[in-house]
Amino acid sequence: MELYAPVLVLGAIGAAFVVVSMVVGSIAGPKRYNRAKLQAYECGIEPTPQPAGGGRFTIKYYLTAMLFIVFDIEIIFLYPWAVHFDELGLFGLIAMVLFLVNVSIAYAYEWRRGGLEWE
Amino acid sequence: MSNAADPVNAGLLLADEPGLSAFGTDPWWITLIKALGIFVFLMVCVLMMIMADRKVMGRMQQRHGPNRLGPWGLLQSLADGVKLSLKEDVIPRGVDRFVYIAAPMIAAVPAFLAFSVIPVGPEVNLFGVMTPLQLTDLPIAALLVLATASIGVYGIVLGGWASQSPYALLGGLRASAQVISYEIAMGLSFVAVFMYSGTLTTSGIVDAQRPIWFAIILFPSFLIYLVTMIGETNRLPFDLAEGEGEIVGGFMTEYGSMKFTMFFLAEYVNMVTVSAVSVTFFLGGYLAPPPITTFWAGANEGWWPALWWLLKFMGVMFLFIWVRGSVPRIRYDQLMALGWKVLIPVQLVWITALAAIRILTNEGAPAVVIGGVVAVFVAVVIASLYAWGRSVKRRRAAEAAERAEERKRMRDDPMYGGFPVPPMTAPHYGTSVPAEDLTPPASTDKEVTGA
Repeated sequence: MELYAPVLVLGAIGAAFVVVSMVVGSIAGPKRYNRAKLQAYECGIEPTPQPAGGGRFTIKYYLTAMLFIVFDIEIIFLYPWAVHFDELGLFGLIAMVLFLVNVSIAYAYEWRRGGLEWE
Repeated sequence: MSNAADPVNAGLLLADEPGLSAFGTDPWWITLIKALGIFVFLMVCVLMMIMADRKVMGRMQQRHGPNRLGPWGLLQSLADGVKLSLKEDVIPRGVDRFVYIAAPMIAAVPAFLAFSVIPVGPEVNLFGVMTPLQLTDLPIAALLVLATASIGVYGIVLGGWASQSPYALLGGLRASAQVISYEIAMGLSFVAVFMYSGTLTTSGIVDAQRPIWFAIILFPSFLIYLVTMIGETNRLPFDLAEGEGEIVGGFMTEYGSMKFTMFFLAEYVNMVTVSAVSVTFFLGGYLAPPPITTFWAGANEGWWPALWWLLKFMGVMFLFIWVRGSVPRIRYDQLMALGWKVLIPVQLVWITALAAIRILTNEGAPAVVIGGVVAVFVAVVIASLYAWGRSVKRRRAAEAAERAEERKRMRDDPMYGGFPVPPMTAPHYGTSVPAEDLTPPASTDKEVTGA
């Protein structure tokens, strides 16, 4: 725990700075509101009533996020293997190559089906 | 195979990582001084980097940067900060207030954390206490760096979502998709480093580079890390998240005053962090550059390593500005294609090749076998490059044929595509003209004037 406490100390200093400066910023500035100023900025036109489209956006982002999770899990398995690479030896290498091939099949499938294409 | 430890022992090995005995024993005031020192260093770095960014960019574009305030304009970014804090703090109507205010904090606070595991020097005498020039080190220090980089994404995507504005939403989505895409390639580029250092502690990684820097023996990993670190921090040429021409200010469009400053600060602190990580993982950390130690044995002792670290760090920071001044912004599909279709496959092949060769060397395989494996991987790389080149050529030819066909049809029929000729007789214009306007009211007018 002594190893982790300094990270929290640095985090506390950072958080204190961020909170204090945001509070100062909200107090120090002038406050002259009008209707146009409080609208969302859309280059001068009337703002879209529901800009998020009811919370909908293109499915590409979901696909990217899902593929990210697959690869992130792959990385999490790769790190311990890499750290103990010399002890694990040939067995570890073969096991990891089989795992990488497995993930690569999913990756190749998504690539082939156009999941990585952006217009 | 004989030296393969069983998994239980491997687990125990990780639990009491050697080399961590120097950490966690500092008195509380030393920890506080070091934490404050890091905070002040980060702040000064951000101010100087903003200034350097503007001045170097200015020189690259045949103009002076800011040079009015203070000597050589050094105080310019400080004055900008004061100005920003005196600006009106507008919270637009319709935003999700809680998330809107929390987002800049979520972006800025984790940005500070990663620097706590960056080694700046070996053990030095600080106010009579022998302590390493590093706030702390963890058995999982490298994971802390990646984790804090990931948490910053929440600030971006929540800020974009809470603003309830189309530009902010698009900017937030783009930025988060970009950051997670480049994080994969970044994480993969560390695998080779851990393979050679055998540890996740940052001080251990620096120690492992005493014979030779990882940037030299793991050059492909280093190159890919340099690309991903620019992508990860949303800097030019990958700053699609705030491409002014398309989506105004991106996820921070609706932010002003200190809230905007926090996003800006987070971006620059992240730049500082990824530069420091590249120095630690690839450029030998605080170790003196190789030729110096041959004629000066004391180069790696006392406070000198902090100087080497600072020089390397400033070199990487300069790279950010250099790239920004040299390369134009790329398109979003090119950005995602580079991340997913180039960097990741290259990394996977490179890691497999490196692992196979290292295993063979460890097991004492004859040079012929190792040479054969190297030759196979080189052949695979050349073959895939050739196939890629052919597919690009084929796609270009198909596009050119399509364009030629288009041009031919446009020449034959000026209405083709409905643009740019605006003919009233073109069929698709018929429906847009209201039916009553087609009959001119001129006849009734004439009757009135004639009477």
